[in-house]
Amino acid sequence: MAMVSSESTPYFPDYGTTAPRTHHFRPYAENGGSVVAIAGNDFVVIGADTRLSAGFSIYTREQTKLFPLSKTTVLGCSGCWCDTLTLTRILSARMQMYEQEHNKIMSTPAAAQMLSTMLYYKRFFPYYIANILVGLDTDGKGCVFSYDPIGHCEKSTYRAGGSAGALLQPLLDNQIGLKNMLNVKDDPISLERALAILKDVFISAAERDIFTGDSIDINIITKDGVKKDSFELRKD
Amino acid sequence: MSFSNIDAFAAPPLWRNGPSPGAFYNFPNMQSKTSGFVEHSQSPVTTATSIVALTFKNGVIIAGDLLGSYGSLARFRNCPRILKINDNIILGAGGDYGDYQYVKDLIEQKIIDEECLDDGFNLKPKSLQCWLTRIMYNRRSRFDPFWNNFVVGGLQDGVPYLATVDKLGTAYEDKAICTGYGTHLALPIIRDTLQKNPNLSEEEARALVVKCMEVLFYRDAHSYPKYQIGVVTEAGVKIEGLVDVNQKWDLAHMIH
Amino acid sequence: MFRNQYDSDVTVWSPQGRLHQVEYAMEAVKLGSATVGLKNGTHAVLLCLKRAASELAAYQKKVIPIDTHIGISISGLTADARILSRYMRTECLNYKYSHDTLLPVTRLISQLGNKMQVCTQRYDRRPYGVGLLVAGYDDQGPHIYQTCPSANYFDCKAMAIGARSQSARTYLEKHLDQFHGSSLEDLVKHGLRAVRDTLPNEVELSIKNVSIGIVGQDLDFHILEEDETGAYLAMIEGEERRGGTGGGGGAEGAAPPLREEAGDQEDPQDPVPAVAMDTE
Repeated sequence: MAMVSSESTPYFPDYGTTAPRTHHFRPYAENGGSVVAIAGNDFVVIGADTRLSAGFSIYTREQTKLFPLSKTTVLGCSGCWCDTLTLTRILSARMQMYEQEHNKIMSTPAAAQMLSTMLYYKRFFPYYIANILVGLDTDGKGCVFSYDPIGHCEKSTYRAGGSAGALLQPLLDNQIGLKNMLNVKDDPISLERALAILKDVFISAAERDIFTGDSIDINIITKDGVKKDSFELRKD
Repeated sequence: MSFSNIDAFAAPPLWRNGPSPGAFYNFPNMQSKTSGFVEHSQSPVTTATSIVALTFKNGVIIAGDLLGSYGSLARFRNCPRILKINDNIILGAGGDYGDYQYVKDLIEQKIIDEECLDDGFNLKPKSLQCWLTRIMYNRRSRFDPFWNNFVVGGLQDGVPYLATVDKLGTAYEDKAICTGYGTHLALPIIRDTLQKNPNLSEEEARALVVKCMEVLFYRDAHSYPKYQIGVVTEAGVKIEGLVDVNQKWDLAHMIH
Repeated sequence: MFRNQYDSDVTVWSPQGRLHQVEYAMEAVKLGSATVGLKNGTHAVLLCLKRAASELAAYQKKVIPIDTHIGISISGLTADARILSRYMRTECLNYKYSHDTLLPVTRLISQLGNKMQVCTQRYDRRPYGVGLLVAGYDDQGPHIYQTCPSANYFDCKAMAIGARSQSARTYLEKHLDQFHGSSLEDLVKHGLRAVRDTLPNEVELSIKNVSIGIVGQDLDFHILEEDETGAYLAMIEGEERRGGTGGGGGAEGAAPPLREEAGDQEDPQDPVPAVAMDTE
């Protein structure tokens, strides 16, 4: 897409017509990236790969897609990167406005609701982003909110989104949701196991999805704040 | 007004002549035509090709050639597009040359406004880059984009900084950034070199850029053998005018 | 109080070259309780004395955070201060949104000055009746600015505004040379002593009537919690009060007319509240 030559049509004014030209400007780009989030009883982890790409070219190998909104809320974004940049800038401004207006920091469920309305506000020219918002709710319990680009919001305990979302969600359903299995005990997931699964699923995603790779950024949110971690993936 | 076929199904405006919920808003200065078709976007006309840029130990280097192409015609041969913004920022631009000149005017006015304040604060590269993303994203959202790729290089509080913005407002930072054909031809060479030696000196970085411009000249049909190199370090910005590609055609007679 | 034929609205000059409405607005600042701002090499501190409207009311908030690097304390009309603080917050947010950096303090102040000036030059406006002390930190270090209803603003090393603030300024002037090299703790202690000098003899500082805002290098603007304020108060407790005890700042200390020029004989003389653009 960066190639100007491939997108330009020859311009011959003498042969021009007044007929409307088909405009071939596309306002969206698919910049890839995957986000996975897993919530536990007193923590939530979110990971996103750091590859930013367009088609077959890798823009950069070290672009974090996790945006801290507060001490207990983190947003992971993948999809159209220019929309992501805009949405997250507006979001952080809205977080600050809320804090100044109400003299308290927005809770994760409140931020989740606000994100939903902000996305739906652009219903007819949407932000083309797969958002996953994680944090601790008012009881300190981990929660994951996932969205479609026009603001549908769903609360869950684990979610995969982005270019490898469809690849990873069934894997998470099996490993964490323990779906369609007999004789399994649904114990609350531990932080160690959540991290291990997170890394494993990204390794698998990087094998099969060319838009996911390079490395992952991980944020671990507990009542003590956000801890950061990272993990290398394959770079091809 | 625009997209009138959609309007028939859309909710009515919130107040008279006001915005309707969820509709494409009428921004000021945007004329709506009565024909029902609004030609929002153009395609680029006079275009400039790749930009090659990388950071080195204590600065940033950016190069771009001087050709303004008119489709496949090499029409304008003196189109400089490496720009000094202030003492610690340089900008390189690819894509439509007219759009670049317009954006250049906007930036220069911004710098003049800032100098008039005379408060000792100078624009930093990260701020310029962020501001450019807002400009570009705003125009893409109006379906009337600036058809450019910008590369911003500079020193952010003494640390080399390199970032790019494209016509959608897509932006990222990296140690090496190329646009246009440079993405395919020059970037692999630079990434390879940086992997072996992450801390290039200014001379090594310059030699690498010269090499990339040579490769691009041989393989990119829209390139030109005269180019500019801009370097920003603690010492300030210097833009070398008219560097020539060292051409070797002594093998040419072998090719039939 | 100073009623005469030249103060009907802000656009009317008096023959002495004064804008009485603007000067009256300056007096509004002196009605608010005192607030003190001072800085050292790395930090800027705001301290203020809070009042309660009645026994039944809570103490009025006097320190307002603007952004992570700026906070203000106010004296005068609280309602006007709210409008100004909302403006300052918006400017900071907009700059952060479009430039990804914090708005330099001097720029915010000059924008604010421009906004406030409009009200001193239009007949359908009234000047903002509030004085601000702005504490901020940016690439050029800590700042204390003072703004007036007259739309003047001043870059200060230390400043006090509000009722009986002359005593605080006396204290600040006396110890001015100690501030720059002092530690944050000493800086706050100096500030508290200055605030205390504005109190009538029978009133003492307490965690209820003092609030402290701090900003500095690697330190976002924040208002101290009551226990932190209490710790600082304990440090200066029992010290003998220095400086004059009150009496200075209020409107009651109107100066005598400054000049009577020969050509003005037939004109009625304006009463003179104070210096033309007083910075108190």
